Amino acid sequence: MSEPETVVNITVNGRPVQAAPGEWVIAAAERAGVYIPHFCYHPRMKSVGMCRMCIVDIDTGRGPALQPSCMVAVSEGMVVDTASEQTRKAQDGVLEFLLLNHPLDCPVCDKGGECPLQDQTMAYGPGESRFVEEKRHYEKPIPVNSLVYLDRERCILCDRCTRFADEVAGDPLITFQDRGDQTQVNTFPDLPFSSYFSGNTVQICPVGALTAVPYRFKARPWDLAEVESTYPNPMGDRVVVQASRDQVLRYQGVDSDAVNWGWLTDKDRFAFEAAASDLRLAAPLVRGTPLGQPDHSGRELVEATWGQALGRAADAIQSAVADKGPQSVAVLGGARLTNEDQYAWARLAKGVIGTDHVDAQLDDGLPADAVLGLPRATVNRACSPGGTVILLAPDPKEEQGTLYLRLRHAVANDGVQLIELTPRATGLSRLASFRLHHRPGEAAAVAAALVGGDTEAAADGDIGGVPAAAVAAAAAAIADRADQPVTVVLGRPSLAESADFTVAAADELARFANLLSAGGRPGIAFLPVLHRGNVMGALDMGLAPGLLPGRISLADGGPVLAEAWGSVPTASGAGARGILQAAAEGRVEVLILLGADPLGDFPDQKLAAEALDGAGTIVASDLFLNPSALRAHVVFPAAGFAERQGTHTNLEGRITSQRQVVTPPGTARADWAIAAGLAGRLGADFGFGAAEDVWDEISRVAPSHRGLVLEAIDAADDGVVATDSSISFAPPRPATPVPPVDAYSLRLVAARRMYDRGTLVQHAPSLAGLASPAVLALNPYDFDRVGVEPGADVRVISSAGEMDTPVVADPGVPRGTAAFGYNHPDRDARDLVDPEAVVTDLRVQTR
Amino acid sequence: MARLNPGSLAIAQEIISRYPVARSALIPLLHLAQEQDGHVTEEAMAHIAELVGVTPAEVMGTCSFYEMLKREPVGEYMVNICNGISCHLLGSSELIHHAEATLGVRPGGTTDDGKITLEAVECIAACTEAPCLQVNYRYRNRVSTADFDQLVDDLRAGTAGVAPHGKLAKVRQHIGDERRAGVAVPDGQAQPAWLARNPTDAESGS
Amino acid sequence: MNAPAPSDLRIITSRFDTDDGHTLAGYERTGGYGGLRRALAMAPADVHGEVRAASLLGRGGAGFPAGVKWGFCPPEVWPRYLVVNGDESEPGTYKDRLLMERDPHQLLEGCLIACYALGLSQCFLYVRGEMAHAQERLAAALNEAYDAGYVGANVLGAEDFSVDITLHWGAGAYIVGEETALIESLEGNRGMPRLKPPYFPASIGLYGKPTIVNNVETLSNLPWIVANGGAAFAAMGAESSTGTRVFAVSGHVAAPGVFEVPFGTTTFRDIIFDPRYAGGMRPGRTLKTFIPGGASAPWFFEEQLDLPLEKAAVDKAGSMLGSGAIVVMDDTTDVVEACHNVVRFFARESCGKCTPCREGTSWLEKILSRILAGQGRPQDLDLLMDVCDNISPGVSWPPRQTTICPLGPSAVSPIASALERFRADFEAYLPATAVSVTTASGAAP
Ligand SMILES: Cc1cc2nc3c(=O)[nH]c(=O)nc-3n(C[C@H](O)[C@H](O)[C@H](O)COP(=O)(O)O)c2cc1C
Ligand code: SF4
Ligand code: FES
Repeated sequence: MSEPETVVNITVNGRPVQAAPGEWVIAAAERAGVYIPHFCYHPRMKSVGMCRMCIVDIDTGRGPALQPSCMVAVSEGMVVDTASEQTRKAQDGVLEFLLLNHPLDCPVCDKGGECPLQDQTMAYGPGESRFVEEKRHYEKPIPVNSLVYLDRERCILCDRCTRFADEVAGDPLITFQDRGDQTQVNTFPDLPFSSYFSGNTVQICPVGALTAVPYRFKARPWDLAEVESTYPNPMGDRVVVQASRDQVLRYQGVDSDAVNWGWLTDKDRFAFEAAASDLRLAAPLVRGTPLGQPDHSGRELVEATWGQALGRAADAIQSAVADKGPQSVAVLGGARLTNEDQYAWARLAKGVIGTDHVDAQLDDGLPADAVLGLPRATVNRACSPGGTVILLAPDPKEEQGTLYLRLRHAVANDGVQLIELTPRATGLSRLASFRLHHRPGEAAAVAAALVGGDTEAAADGDIGGVPAAAVAAAAAAIADRADQPVTVVLGRPSLAESADFTVAAADELARFANLLSAGGRPGIAFLPVLHRGNVMGALDMGLAPGLLPGRISLADGGPVLAEAWGSVPTASGAGARGILQAAAEGRVEVLILLGADPLGDFPDQKLAAEALDGAGTIVASDLFLNPSALRAHVVFPAAGFAERQGTHTNLEGRITSQRQVVTPPGTARADWAIAAGLAGRLGADFGFGAAEDVWDEISRVAPSHRGLVLEAIDAADDGVVATDSSISFAPPRPATPVPPVDAYSLRLVAARRMYDRGTLVQHAPSLAGLASPAVLALNPYDFDRVGVEPGADVRVISSAGEMDTPVVADPGVPRGTAAFGYNHPDRDARDLVDPEAVVTDLRVQTR
Repeated sequence: MARLNPGSLAIAQEIISRYPVARSALIPLLHLAQEQDGHVTEEAMAHIAELVGVTPAEVMGTCSFYEMLKREPVGEYMVNICNGISCHLLGSSELIHHAEATLGVRPGGTTDDGKITLEAVECIAACTEAPCLQVNYRYRNRVSTADFDQLVDDLRAGTAGVAPHGKLAKVRQHIGDERRAGVAVPDGQAQPAWLARNPTDAESGS
Repeated sequence: MNAPAPSDLRIITSRFDTDDGHTLAGYERTGGYGGLRRALAMAPADVHGEVRAASLLGRGGAGFPAGVKWGFCPPEVWPRYLVVNGDESEPGTYKDRLLMERDPHQLLEGCLIACYALGLSQCFLYVRGEMAHAQERLAAALNEAYDAGYVGANVLGAEDFSVDITLHWGAGAYIVGEETALIESLEGNRGMPRLKPPYFPASIGLYGKPTIVNNVETLSNLPWIVANGGAAFAAMGAESSTGTRVFAVSGHVAAPGVFEVPFGTTTFRDIIFDPRYAGGMRPGRTLKTFIPGGASAPWFFEEQLDLPLEKAAVDKAGSMLGSGAIVVMDDTTDVVEACHNVVRFFARESCGKCTPCREGTSWLEKILSRILAGQGRPQDLDLLMDVCDNISPGVSWPPRQTTICPLGPSAVSPIASALERFRADFEAYLPATAVSVTTASGAAP
């Protein structure tokens, strides 16, 4: 017997081509440089063979026959002829058919210039129409949702958008309707295509039938300059940034095998509007008089020169250090910056000023050691066929859209078994093999039982609120597949419970590692998901207390970095909460906010307000004058995405490049340059002339990144994953105890949704309206118990506050739990979450 | 009148129980909705979507594919004159013209009194009985113009013995629980017992 | 009405003369469920063996041997399903409805035999939506059969043979008769065909599982075959077309009707002209053309009358017996109208999934409408043929196709047949000026 075939030999237009078993002819031909025209085929979706444009002569031994190359798999000895007379005639015929009813309104079509139908017509099409009858007519573009318009006259019924909605996004809200030549794509009446991913349909529509409202009539493809880059979200989605006349007009997803497969969320796709907002900061601001004169005592923020602004900030830092020591300076934020920006600020804070009170996370993430100290997974590992994914994280559909699409595909198509270890249902629940929806705060007990710990079931047969039998079944399923990778997607499932609980659950799962990896099995690894674009870069670059650039602790890395920097702090500093507490108590002389808005974004709103009141000088570097920046004494206008060069690190630790495409507004600068400018004023010369210089230094001094040169990163298809880490995972022991719930209360789960009060959403006109006020959601069975009616307006009371809100029934919320949105406009879970408590319990009353 | 009423719902649940995958019940449920309201309302489609676990848009996609499922109100009686090739050869065009003149509507239209909707339909499998028609899917064979006029009179008078539009078969399948073999779900992998019993039978498939 | 012509070789229409043949009592009295009893006493593989021995050709159109198709189920993949194709909608076709209305138990018995033989765990009876009467006859028969223990748990008391038969109904779409579209429809979807390969139902069918799709008439033969043996069945009819077949002869004949005749021995001339069958043309009329096997089939003429009603012979002559529908047209027929009628059918019934059929059939229909309205252009006749060629390259038989399923190419048959034979009839519709310009200069105005 021979080895299983790994290569299939076929002939394409007379040339030998090696293809992979199971590969479609169209894909094999394209890899060999033979383009076969097509409309319905899309490499990331199931073939349907509908448009018939790709039919070519395929001979599998019984003579050449016209077959759709998008749906015929290669077979040994197959002979493909894409240029035969018969092929050409058939393809011409299909093209003519497609054009019969097409309006040919290319001059007014957004797709004109980048339209496969137009291209095909130019290349192969008949010169003039033989069709003298009247064309099909439909009402001109109709909105399928607030972001996407559909022109049914242009539609060629390729099934791409409808397949995307169903197969990829799992939101089958646009479908084919009617039949035959009356077939059309449409929504159900008054039920829009409300999907977080609808913009992808515009990108994959092979004609101009679907157009994006934010882009309509903005530009023609030939006016657009485009550059490949990395969108600054935690997934590090690969994008093409397209701009015209120094303005970004569109992002298109790039099909990166390792990351986003070409998809983007609508939130990210349309966030370019925010970058172009009139409200962007374009010049430094300092306190001054109402007449615009910079003046220390002034109550207004007035425009200043960079010299004035940097001078003021440097003066404040210098006197703080002189009077109260370096620990009186604190740096908050930076998770949205590039690696270079983060490194420069880390070096300024830790190497020049000498403070370790630095934190990029706003008390809503996970400790750095849980991210950098656990074995790390890639997305492809999590999605590898037949593996197991344990979801110990917030709903990826809401928070990590493209990761959700990847996981969804893996579970739906590649036999990945999904085990939800979450306090409520997620966008993946329907596909999950096991839904272990635990009581808030009790994930660790379930995790322990899942990996064979000796947790006893409670008297009612439950573990942490999950039936013991379900946990046992899931445990058996993990054991069954132990020869395949097990991946934990790790994040904060609820902001109403302490991060310690998640860490403790991760700890239980991590103990399983030895067992699982016995005998050369792939074992268990963790894919951390945290909020804010480049939070992983921030941790790698040392923007966290006790850390230095290169995934090394202050203790271990001190000597290394001290050599490069001159000095490093000796003692570990405080995290975000500690910094704000110190500020509230008047112990922070200079508070530096790097794209951070504690007033809008910190879980403990009261503390944030007190901290800003109590801080000495506040220095902010930001894109917008957010509520916290409004309180600052010095505001630096920062360059945003697509306005500066740099690199990005995604949740896998994958480093990819970001490119400058347009100039920043006014005199805004990249953050690394702001940090370097301040350092200069403080007597330290970083010697950075460009972002590349900063990376150069990182690749020399950061231990985990040593030798990772930019050329190598850019040369690799999907960037480079940095794998080294000298941080070890150190969960708090003993574990934080969970208080019992009383019979009258509901335990709160507070989680973000895709559209919220966040800066980018609110500054993108097309997205702002999509954020809705939070409502309280209860299990349908809990209404009787708490004595309210679904749909009623109720009063909710916690130890931290009270609020009036509508209450709705949601079977995805387990009994005894209540779910409420975090960071929503109007009503926000933060008004209920008790920052002092490890969990928050609610009482619900009729009003 | 819109979502399925309790009576229809009970039938709907029984229908769904006969399929290994609930979505398979879509067309029968759409017929049921049409039986209840005379046509398929949007509310019924949304209700059916809930029952079988799909989106209303998916129900619409299916519903709109099939000619018999009417999404707008139609007359109490659908008079479908066959215009297939055999009926065409034996004068269906004349019959349709006659019907148009008699009823004062074009195919697709409904008479002012809301009683009759006229349609010219494709072959209804009674080709040897041409020209033929169906009233609410009940056959009338070898129909002359006089026959047609009589039919219209009977329909208007309520003496034609035809149930209102939507009602199809007068007998429903009913499977008593004790007689039910049980649905064969697609992910159950077991070989049926009666095949497994005889070891040589397993190979009979190839 | 429709009383079949007397014949001593009637197998599946034998109860049509019995008033209560559709009831359980009437069915049992006339030997009903004897085949099932006999099957249950045999090993499943042996039942399959009888069907193979019978060489029973599928009666749904393609004429593929049932016993062979049954063998295509991949081993060790379970469950397997049976789907009965009762969607009969091909213009001219009229026999499955009669079988369902007049002898529903015979069909149920056939289903049970197939399930037993192949280990099919559940059966779905897909009945055309417009056939209300057939649906209620089947529903009543099923209710009786369940109560009497023939269907459902422990068939006839068998310890381990249990099968549900679920009556399912369509809602008006010809294409759903195509087996992969039928499966889509049965899954609750739009009835759009799947591409074969890979979606051959026997390997990837209902819910992705091996599925046998058989026509009503095909399955109705099984009780007789099992009761009397495959060899007895194979002894009837012609060598490669065994048993009997039910033909509907409609159109311009003296006595249109549905006739069960020995397969492959009777000729077209017999069934059209013999007084025992359709009785010839209407008085004073002569044959112009006839469709031998449903609207999809290329047309036959006078010179094919003596062909036997036998699959291989008809295939060889360039058409097909298809669904057993013979539509006769006499000398009064306007072939352009007839051609338009059939093309309109396919255009209206195109599911819309693939481009050449969706756009091509409706374009053909529009061109023909224009010609009929006196607005034809001389180049339209060539255009018709070229559009046909783009749907079915070469316009040959059996058709090749740029489409997913054979519906698109079906619209080509009437045009190719009529235009080749009766080109003058088409030209007669072209405005006089148009024709004269063509002949004068060969160019269109
Ligand atoms: C367009 C089209 C329509 C069809 N319609 C029917 C039909 O109405 N009834 C039927 O039994 N087969 C029909 N068929 C054939 C089926 O696809 C299938 O071959 C048949 O049901 C198999 O059963 P058999 O092997 O018993 O003949 C149709 C095929 C095509 C391509
Ligand atoms: S040939 Fe026609 S009916 Fe068949 S799949 Fe294509 S569009 Fe549908
Ligand atoms: S790309 Fe193959 S049929 Fe459309």
